[in-house]
Amino acid sequence: MGIASAALALSATACGKSSTDSGSSPSSSAKATKAAIAYDIGGRGDQSFNDAAYAGLKKAEDELGVKGAEAEPSEGEGDADKVQRLTALARAGNNPVIGVGFAYAPAIEKVAKAYPKTTFGLIDDTSKTGPNIANLVFNEEQGSYLAGVAAAKVSKTGTVGFIGGVEVPLIKKFEAGFAQGVKDTNPNAKVLVQYLTQPPNFDGFSKPDLGKAAAQGQIDKGADVIYAAAGLAGSGAIEAASTAGKWAIGVDSDQYNQAGLASYKDHILTSVTKDVSDSVFNVIKSVQDGKPQSGEVRYGLATDGVGLADSNPAYVKMTDVTAAVAKAKKDIVDGKITVKTAP
Amino acid sequence: MMKIDKDKLILGAAGPVLALVSSFVLTVLVLLATGLDPIEPIRLMIDNAGFADIQVLIINQTGIYYLAALAVAIGFRMNLFNIGVDGQYRLAAMVSALVGASIELPGPLHILVIVIVAMLTGAFWAGIAGILKTTRGVSEVVSTIMLNAIATSLVAWLILPKNFGVQPEGSNNLTTGEISESGWFPGIDMGEGNGVIYGFTFVALALGVVYWFVLNRTRFGFDLRATGASESAAQASGVDAKKMVLTAMLLSGALAGLSGMPTLLGESHTYSLDFPVGVGFTAITIALLGRNHPVGILFAALLFAFLDKASSNLDVYGYPKEITKIMQGIIVIAVVVSYELVRRYGLRRQQQKVGEELAAGGAIKTDKEVSA
Repeated sequence: MGIASAALALSATACGKSSTDSGSSPSSSAKATKAAIAYDIGGRGDQSFNDAAYAGLKKAEDELGVKGAEAEPSEGEGDADKVQRLTALARAGNNPVIGVGFAYAPAIEKVAKAYPKTTFGLIDDTSKTGPNIANLVFNEEQGSYLAGVAAAKVSKTGTVGFIGGVEVPLIKKFEAGFAQGVKDTNPNAKVLVQYLTQPPNFDGFSKPDLGKAAAQGQIDKGADVIYAAAGLAGSGAIEAASTAGKWAIGVDSDQYNQAGLASYKDHILTSVTKDVSDSVFNVIKSVQDGKPQSGEVRYGLATDGVGLADSNPAYVKMTDVTAAVAKAKKDIVDGKITVKTAP
Repeated sequence: MMKIDKDKLILGAAGPVLALVSSFVLTVLVLLATGLDPIEPIRLMIDNAGFADIQVLIINQTGIYYLAALAVAIGFRMNLFNIGVDGQYRLAAMVSALVGASIELPGPLHILVIVIVAMLTGAFWAGIAGILKTTRGVSEVVSTIMLNAIATSLVAWLILPKNFGVQPEGSNNLTTGEISESGWFPGIDMGEGNGVIYGFTFVALALGVVYWFVLNRTRFGFDLRATGASESAAQASGVDAKKMVLTAMLLSGALAGLSGMPTLLGESHTYSLDFPVGVGFTAITIALLGRNHPVGILFAALLFAFLDKASSNLDVYGYPKEITKIMQGIIVIAVVVSYELVRRYGLRRQQQKVGEELAAGGAIKTDKEVSA
């Protein structure tokens, strides 16, 4: 009895009042003055996905004069927490509100209906759509295909390695594209595949020692090019490849230019880039221009939303490799090659 | 008689209070050491807890923690440390979601099937540790930790699209398919934007009453507590200790399986890659803090839910929300230390009292002898 009445009293004290009521009402004008991003697990400082999204927001702040807001998830939270977070951001007048990562899909579907005048950006998911939802998706498999072509070309042993952070469909797209690129270039080549962890253990995206051990194992098996799609854990793979004098291929951003990896950069052949920051910037800009993005916004090779970095001079000098990559890119853009999205 | 009860109550409350106060003080010190205002984040959190939408989140989370902590507590009462609640919770949520999505039944029956499957799955997974302990003497601490890891791999394998999982078109998530509406547990809608209180939260509270009744008012509960206090003594008085170990593990696992139900039946209606994890580990702290007592656990669960949910927007104000994690972590250590301190103090007090009474009794006797 006491338990139930305590619970009721707790909820009755602030009946109808919500944590977000105090915020300003949604701006009625079409101009975006405030934009918000809600991060995926890991939050800002993950050297990967979330940081890229932040870079997009930062750019919008600098170039468009937008006032940015950020919100981080808590460990072990559910959809209800995400709904609450997005509602708070939308009610505070942020437009657009961007959810980083597919985990936000169910929450955005709900909140977007409650706030039809606010544009919601949803990265990496097209399963939930709506007139005010912009689904920002990437052809990771196309960029990875090019990495496969480059890996097959530079490999002397004919064995290359793929390291996936966590065994989830998104990372399998990287694997599928990479393996296809390798096989199309050298049918006799061997692709070693290893995933670091399985969900819900997301250590495979964050623990460099796991990436290092996996890369070491693949090098022992004869791999001389390692492609790691594993977020922060990938830096361990890059370290191992570099120490062993082998090639590493980075992911998401151009890792050759990353300060934290400067001592290994000579061995970073190239990186498969995924332009999350531009996608964030574009959706903010579209709202400010009064033409908010809606529906699927796809970033592929054709629009340079994904691609292969060429900042390592050693890579640029390998003209046969770059020529093969350029040809493969053209073939994909022209539709002559269709890259698989699942291995 | 009343006096002893009061003493017991004060001593019982001293442990948690000491733990909470010291963890609070240490957290404030951490904030001071990092050059942050130590009072402001706490004020913000109390402010947050005044809002209806946060309250709904807190209440729902309390129900989830409560169930999981009861699962841990029933083991503790039996002197069993079930660290595998998290694995049992995840596996049970996954399997019951799978079964729930693949069958169509009228409302209450659909829910009942899902709930029973969850209990059986949880009990089965914990039962493995129970059988290992009773037949081979394997420590349940070791086996349940290992079963957590196996549960992770098993769920990851089961949820692959080539097995039982579903990858919705255009999504990067994996799910077990959506449970149709007949399998949704009705909740209390708190109004636009405030969310829904999961109906299963009330089931959780009811189970707290059942837990209290079974443990304190039944033969089975007595046997369980007796075996927990001393296995050999219980055995000597005719209790089958091995059977009790296995039963306690099965009950603990069944409760762990239930702790996924508020989320599954009230919110997600599917098990996906982003289903909340870690509940079973937080529950260990909650059960410790609540001294395995159904009311104590309720307050501990409420406190932890408050720390989790009221801190959600601290980062917007420039305070790391991880401070609540620090606080929760310190509570774990402080609870163990302060309980031991209080236990020793209580023991010494008891000895002193007995000594005094004996001395007083002896004195009376001598008086009598003198007068006689």
